[in-house]
Amino acid sequence: MAAATNTHVDASLIEHDVYTDDEFLIGGQHTLATIGDKIGSVCLGDTVTPKAWWATFLIGFSLLQAMVVGLVWLFYMGVGVWGINSPVFWGVAIVNFVWWIGIGHAGTLISAILLLMHQKWRTSLNRFAESMTLFAVMCAGIFPLIHMGRPWLAYWLFPFPNNMAVWPQFRSPLTWDAFAVSTYFSVSLMFWYVGLIPDFAALRDVAKTKIQQMVYGGLAMGWRGSAIHWRRYEKLYLLLAGLGTPLVFSVHTIVSFDFAVSIVPLWHATIFPPFFVAGAIYAGFAMVIWLAIPLRHFYGMSDLITKKHLDVCGKIMLGTGLLVSYGYFCEVWFAFYSQSVYEWDTTLQRLFGPYWWSYWLLILTNTIIPQLIWFKRFRHSEFWLFMVAGSVHIGMWFERYVIITTLSRDHLPSSWGRYSPTMWDYMIMFGSMGLFLTLFALFLRFLPMISITEMRELLPRAAGGRDGHAVMENAK
Amino acid sequence: MSTNEIAPETWGILAEFTDADALIAATRSARLAGYTRMDGYSPYPVGEVADELGFPRSEIGAIMFIGGLVGATIGFLMMSWVSVVDYPLIIAGKSMWSWPMFIPITWELLVLTASVSGVIGLLALCGFPQPYHPLFNVPNFARATRDRFFLAIEAVDPNFDLAGTRAFLAGLNPASVEEVPA
Repeated sequence: MAAATNTHVDASLIEHDVYTDDEFLIGGQHTLATIGDKIGSVCLGDTVTPKAWWATFLIGFSLLQAMVVGLVWLFYMGVGVWGINSPVFWGVAIVNFVWWIGIGHAGTLISAILLLMHQKWRTSLNRFAESMTLFAVMCAGIFPLIHMGRPWLAYWLFPFPNNMAVWPQFRSPLTWDAFAVSTYFSVSLMFWYVGLIPDFAALRDVAKTKIQQMVYGGLAMGWRGSAIHWRRYEKLYLLLAGLGTPLVFSVHTIVSFDFAVSIVPLWHATIFPPFFVAGAIYAGFAMVIWLAIPLRHFYGMSDLITKKHLDVCGKIMLGTGLLVSYGYFCEVWFAFYSQSVYEWDTTLQRLFGPYWWSYWLLILTNTIIPQLIWFKRFRHSEFWLFMVAGSVHIGMWFERYVIITTLSRDHLPSSWGRYSPTMWDYMIMFGSMGLFLTLFALFLRFLPMISITEMRELLPRAAGGRDGHAVMENAK
Repeated sequence: MSTNEIAPETWGILAEFTDADALIAATRSARLAGYTRMDGYSPYPVGEVADELGFPRSEIGAIMFIGGLVGATIGFLMMSWVSVVDYPLIIAGKSMWSWPMFIPITWELLVLTASVSGVIGLLALCGFPQPYHPLFNVPNFARATRDRFFLAIEAVDPNFDLAGTRAFLAGLNPASVEEVPA
């Protein structure tokens, strides 16, 4: 309501006549009750399901069937149906693994790191970004499992006393990875569920049908908003955010160790951990933009996800994109400056060898096109923001593709080879996108896509709230 | 202390307020009036209410600290024992007890066990899952997760007296006062 006096926001970002708060984060006049009704009515079926939801769900579900077919054939025939060979033992499956897990990281960044940094704007995004994390990690987790050749023995990755008297190799980054990814998934799931408990209670108390009351009531586990419970809850939420922050860095660092601890030229580099983490956040924000813009349009959430949110996401995407581009520069510079014949020759192969097109496509989509975000004209246009985010998706996929095709020409020319994915690679890859779309569509329909409780905390006092986010102050 | 004959039928008395500040003020008045067995209910966290209730710090921090420490220690000792005693293998010329290589998994286990113990701690301390609670008998209490703030003084409070407590709560300018059946 103090909208007119706030000069921090560019005029082109103002799209509503009034704003509930003075930071342009909640458009229109909202109160405690209307926030809950707006978000909750989607879950309770009071909002008409948009046609675009059906399109998303049906496309996703169809692609998921492609994945099922691909997996059945893979399990029947073995990993030979893929394009992997000697020397390119890691194919598109690993590309997809890293791509998906990178996308997941922005969800943790938004929910945990930005919480610790008191960024109020995270509140509108954190719930669907956390869901994105969860589903992306599910998609990611599939690939190493099916890459093992004998996926039914996946439990061998974990230490347990067994009649073979062997143990996992704890000095191997691949074993670290199994711990990192499974911990990341478990902690993300707990963080997500704990955040949902008060929202489930809010849905339980406005649900009209018996089934809704029973399901949401069961999930709420008897939550009634007690001050004692809130105190414990907030402390837990804060500490989970505090643990989640270093966790997300450790997970992608360990993912990069999968490559960096080997002795393959251009993989064995100290730049890998920070470069991978920056790339993960870059890809994740691109996905947040891809999810936020349709929510604004098809679910009419433009009052809760405002242009201010998109502007901030665009800026973070640009910033992390520059870090990633610096990484590309460093890779080439290190190779040149090291005067190692293998490093430099592999770099030349990467730039001008048989896969030159993928490297330059990567530079185009990840470094050149995102520079458009510098300009307000593109950053404030949903269409262009969406397009640039799409370019980043392609670029981040090719970044990992470029990394794995490095294997095709390394130290020994007699062992050089070529790699190209088969249709079974692509079926499972696009199928994993189907899995993501299916899960995300179901999430939108049945769970609160924006945190009701945290949006209520964000409301100013005049609207029944507490003048901004108070998690940090109350968590004791 | 008044004699308490109504305890079997009544769980407590519930007062409804329209904003958080009123709930904070009411909780403070109830504390000053000598009530100890009470709780505030709100759609979003209001830390001052917990302060007034005499719950300045939750137990979650200690639980997670101990949980994380135990998990990390067990993990580190497990890897050390496996690598040195049970299954010694020379990997890349490193010593058997190449402990820096055990740090990533130790860290992951620290995060995992701290988080799991925090979540289980929250559920256990709050008594969840709890399908039934007397407060759910009051239809208006559904607004505790929507836009209203409640203070309940429980019948187990030594100062509780059905008529007296009801009159006390009515004097705090609430939107409504209701008896909560057990």
